[in-house]
Amino acid sequence: MRQPYIGFLLPAAFLVCGLFLVPVGQLIILSFDGFAEPSLRWYAQILETGSIQRILWTTFRIVTITTLIAVLLGYAVAFAMAHMGPRQRLLLLLCVLVPFWLSVLVRALAWLILLRNNGLINEGLLATGLIGAPLPLVRNEFGVIIGMVHYLVPYAVFPIFATMQNMDGRLMMAARSVGASPLRTFIDVYLPVTLPAVFGAGLLVFVFGLGFFVTPAILGGGRVVMLSEYVSISVLQTLRWGLAAALSVVLLVATLALLWIVSKVVGVRRLLGNA
Amino acid sequence: MELKGWPRFAVFTLAWTVALFLLLPGLVAIPVAFNDSRFIALPTTGLSLRHFETLFSSGGWLASIGDSLGIALASTAIAVSLGTLCAVGLWRVTPWLAGLVAALLLAPMIFPPIVSALALYRAWVAIGIYDTWIGVVLAHSILAIPYVIITVTTSLSLLDGRLEQAARSLGASPLRTLVDIVLPNIRTGVATAAVFAFIVSWDEIVVTMFVSSRAVYTLPRRMWDGIRENVDPTVAAVATALIAVTAIGVLLAVMSSWRRGGAKAT
Repeated sequence: MRQPYIGFLLPAAFLVCGLFLVPVGQLIILSFDGFAEPSLRWYAQILETGSIQRILWTTFRIVTITTLIAVLLGYAVAFAMAHMGPRQRLLLLLCVLVPFWLSVLVRALAWLILLRNNGLINEGLLATGLIGAPLPLVRNEFGVIIGMVHYLVPYAVFPIFATMQNMDGRLMMAARSVGASPLRTFIDVYLPVTLPAVFGAGLLVFVFGLGFFVTPAILGGGRVVMLSEYVSISVLQTLRWGLAAALSVVLLVATLALLWIVSKVVGVRRLLGNA
Repeated sequence: MELKGWPRFAVFTLAWTVALFLLLPGLVAIPVAFNDSRFIALPTTGLSLRHFETLFSSGGWLASIGDSLGIALASTAIAVSLGTLCAVGLWRVTPWLAGLVAALLLAPMIFPPIVSALALYRAWVAIGIYDTWIGVVLAHSILAIPYVIITVTTSLSLLDGRLEQAARSLGASPLRTLVDIVLPNIRTGVATAAVFAFIVSWDEIVVTMFVSSRAVYTLPRRMWDGIRENVDPTVAAVATALIAVTAIGVLLAVMSSWRRGGAKAT
């Protein structure tokens, strides 16, 4: 078959493949110490070094907690949105959309202003006499988790809301008409129907969280170092390119594997299209 | 599902609490921007516009706004033209080829930012466009292309393929068909794609940090330094300006989609 439109694909394909995918490929090769004498020493170092293990564990722990909270809060917002009048829904949507479009740097700055030792929350609590010394709210995991949850909730809201909106209302009516209580209907009908979207949104949020750089770097203040920041330190400060490349490959493989699972559960296009 | 009584009250209260948690923290930068101290702090002694004065009179901040605007406009132009062309191509080639190319071209959006940053950093140094205008523009174009492809593909899916067949059967070349038939029908999608591409570039920080240093110094880059060094309240003034622009943008977007939705209903 003749394909007269094939030429249309070429400019973008050349740009992305030549200047992006090839360099990523070179990074992968670098992680194996190149073609001449391939080795797995950087990967062995990841498996053996205690400090790297701790970074990986911190990242995994923070991202898991963040994802659980973000999905729970996102579900509540989506559920309320699906059951509101149009006016109230629009207002709630605005409250979610404005921060969603706000620069990640502005958001990190805002949380820094709020959570610092001489920040708004600590000064307020000190002034009321509720606490005697400032609470440690930032430059620790607590601060990083708050900042990340704040960033990720909208990413959970939109896919879950889309599923709730497209739901067949007759399902619930049927359950109610055969005598199920509202709570039973929710648990046995509503929740199972929305669960794939929740799972998909959760994985998507998890993937975003894994790759987070700005929020942990600013709110962790150098004390909570997550994977992406550690990679950048390896390159810019300790100059260990091989290690940075190997960690990048680990991060990339984890990301692609999780997205593959998402695509099996809900269809990645739908999720990305809605986000 | 009907929601009545206390469950309704509980769910709505929780949802509005979350909404305020999302909305309010961002606003805290606004009072800080108007304080009269030279530190990042809430106004205690009085209000002043000094940080906005610094923002608009210092060469550095203005230069960064200029860099960001120029780079965003240039990379939007590249991403929208190449991305739209590609999306139209994907719409018309055999499905397996379209699937393959789409999977490859969505990579910049899917890969973790730090991975893209390292890869581009090495490549840009190797080909000699590290810390140059063209280097940052190209990096941002690559990152924005997936957003353009997705947006334009969505609006193409609403377009009747027979229009294109009709034009082609009357002897129009693919390019003619694109200009005269396809583009006029998807112009809203292309405009939306342009907005996305612009925002991707305007907000981009991680890759930018790795492909530039001082010769190209975008606004997010300068903000990042201002926040990390933790001394410059001008960042709060910048944040306030960005919050205002974002809020107006979202409001306009929601209002226009609201109006379109309303018009459809009548």
